[in-house]
Amino acid sequence: MDLSAINPVLLIASLMVAATPILLAGIGELVVERAGVLNLGVEGMMITGAICGFAIAVNTGSPFAGFVAAAVGGAALSLLFALLTQVALANQVASGLALTLFGLGLSSLLGQGYVGIKPPATGRLEIPVLSDLPFVGRILFGHDLMVYFGIAVVAVVWAFLKFTRAGLILRAVGESHDAAHALGYKVKRVRVMAIMFGGACAGLGGAYISLVRVPQWTEGMTAGAGWIALALVVFASWKPWRVLLGAYLFGGVTVLQLNLQAAGLAIPVEYLSMSPYLITILVLVIMSADKSRAPASLGRIFHASQ
Amino acid sequence: MLRLEKRRQPSRVWAWATPLVAVLATVIFGGLLFAALGKDPVTAIRTIFYDPLLGEHAFYYRPQLLVKAAPLVLIAIGLSLGFRAGIWNIGAEGQYIIGALTGAGCALAFYPLEAVWLFPLMILCGALGGFIWAMIPALLKVKFGTNEILVSLMLVYVAEQLLASMSLGLLKNPQGFGFPGSRNLQQYESAHNAEIIAGTGMHWGVATAFIMVILAYVLLNRHMLGFHIRLTGEAPRAAKFAGVVPARLIIFCLGASGALAGLAGMFEVSGPAGQVSIDFNVGYGFTAIIVAFLGRLHPVGILLAGLLMALTYIGGEIAQSGLGLPAAAIQVFQGMLLFFLLAVDVMTNYRIRIGGGPKA
Repeated sequence: MDLSAINPVLLIASLMVAATPILLAGIGELVVERAGVLNLGVEGMMITGAICGFAIAVNTGSPFAGFVAAAVGGAALSLLFALLTQVALANQVASGLALTLFGLGLSSLLGQGYVGIKPPATGRLEIPVLSDLPFVGRILFGHDLMVYFGIAVVAVVWAFLKFTRAGLILRAVGESHDAAHALGYKVKRVRVMAIMFGGACAGLGGAYISLVRVPQWTEGMTAGAGWIALALVVFASWKPWRVLLGAYLFGGVTVLQLNLQAAGLAIPVEYLSMSPYLITILVLVIMSADKSRAPASLGRIFHASQ
Repeated sequence: MLRLEKRRQPSRVWAWATPLVAVLATVIFGGLLFAALGKDPVTAIRTIFYDPLLGEHAFYYRPQLLVKAAPLVLIAIGLSLGFRAGIWNIGAEGQYIIGALTGAGCALAFYPLEAVWLFPLMILCGALGGFIWAMIPALLKVKFGTNEILVSLMLVYVAEQLLASMSLGLLKNPQGFGFPGSRNLQQYESAHNAEIIAGTGMHWGVATAFIMVILAYVLLNRHMLGFHIRLTGEAPRAAKFAGVVPARLIIFCLGASGALAGLAGMFEVSGPAGQVSIDFNVGYGFTAIIVAFLGRLHPVGILLAGLLMALTYIGGEIAQSGLGLPAAAIQVFQGMLLFFLLAVDVMTNYRIRIGGGPKA
């Protein structure tokens, strides 16, 4: 085994890349859950976003168009979830699972013609002096735009929830939908919009996997990233900046594990590949001691008659 | 304007009609999907639902129906217990894999010994394997309040890696010329889950599935534990007053579903599949979730739903080879079924009124 082959600068830089899909999906799901809705369909929305983004990027030659299409695709799929849970008042756990199963099927149906194709490259940020700085240049200023976009979304969500009136309403809906309803807020409208935002974010996260991280299309390529994003929200205690922290931690584990595989550690590849999932479980165990942070109406069905 | 009004009592008519309406809606929208893929929708639907049962080659497909339905029904019966009580085991796929690994591992440990007790021991090992795998989320939930949905699901990915490792390593056939995959249990008489009546598809897993349907029915309708499960799901507060211990219920529901999923995996690996291989699992653990809901979490309903879902698998395969319908189309079709089911289910508890009505 040759540990010296692991370059810390590249490790940190690739950690940020590895973290971006779950960061985007996680911050979207955080908004959904703060509105009191538990959408377990993140995996389905991510993979749908992955193929929508991939297909459009390949056909138009523009990664930007791809990411837009991914957001639209994810949001469109999440609208099905909104329809089920907000209009038909269906169980949120079951509906989320349905979304994931449906999304996995739909994506492999859509992706049939796209196996083995290379997508157009997503541009990197190149700032003349800063990107050439030793050490920090590569880590801070050498990424593609989506990495910064992910961080920006976290900042925007944080500011939205903390400082704006609309954010306050969203939190009120999530904490007590009956009280919010009594105050005259449109509980369903707020929730549908939150669900669609979550869908768009998950779609972007999925497209980041298929367009930048891998970059190609294979069936089921999100491989549980959507579920890790769900765990991330619990890890973050429903706080935006902690989603960023958690995503980088998970990203770090993933990258380190891949580097160890490449370095030829004496542990079989399969056991190293398990590690992100095992660490997710471990983190869930540690974090679940404190349940007080969860939005009080999380997962409950709202019907105005009650 | 359309408005939903809560029913005083859930509608019995709609409780029965929901799955039928959902299947009908799925057939219609599935037909549209197939048409969009450039296939004749009527032919496609007939190929999926009619040909395996009454078509020209039906004698070949009919036994397959039981073979495919058995694991679905076994897993779904277990899942339905937890789902009724609001305990969500989403990781049946993982428990299924582990059950197959422990069951096959037990057989391979004794290879080439021939003994009558081997197969019963394998059944035990398979159930135990699934049980232990399900105990991880169960105990974590009881001890630390960890979300069982996420943990059980994460363990699916862990189990898949373990399966890969086992079929490439420990359980690999030493006489397999280096190919991945274990010895074929179909050629190991004591370990082979053979058909009880030749040519019917009726293997021991199918028999077990039927027995479990009956047991689950008795449990839910005639036993205190079953009453507690239903009570916890329908009125959690009342359940508390009735003296239900949530921890015990969590352990039981997850343990039972894990053991049944493990059994399903063990019967599959020793019978229809024959060997442990990297792509041994085909998603029964996830499809069983659809089966459980389609059967309205009722044992008899699950039996029927399992047969219907098995039909879509077989019909889908025929449509794949005969009409060139992509395999993913069937997956979408099955997903659609769950969507419509959940959507139509609103009619059970609510009625639709037109107009404003009294202000609430």
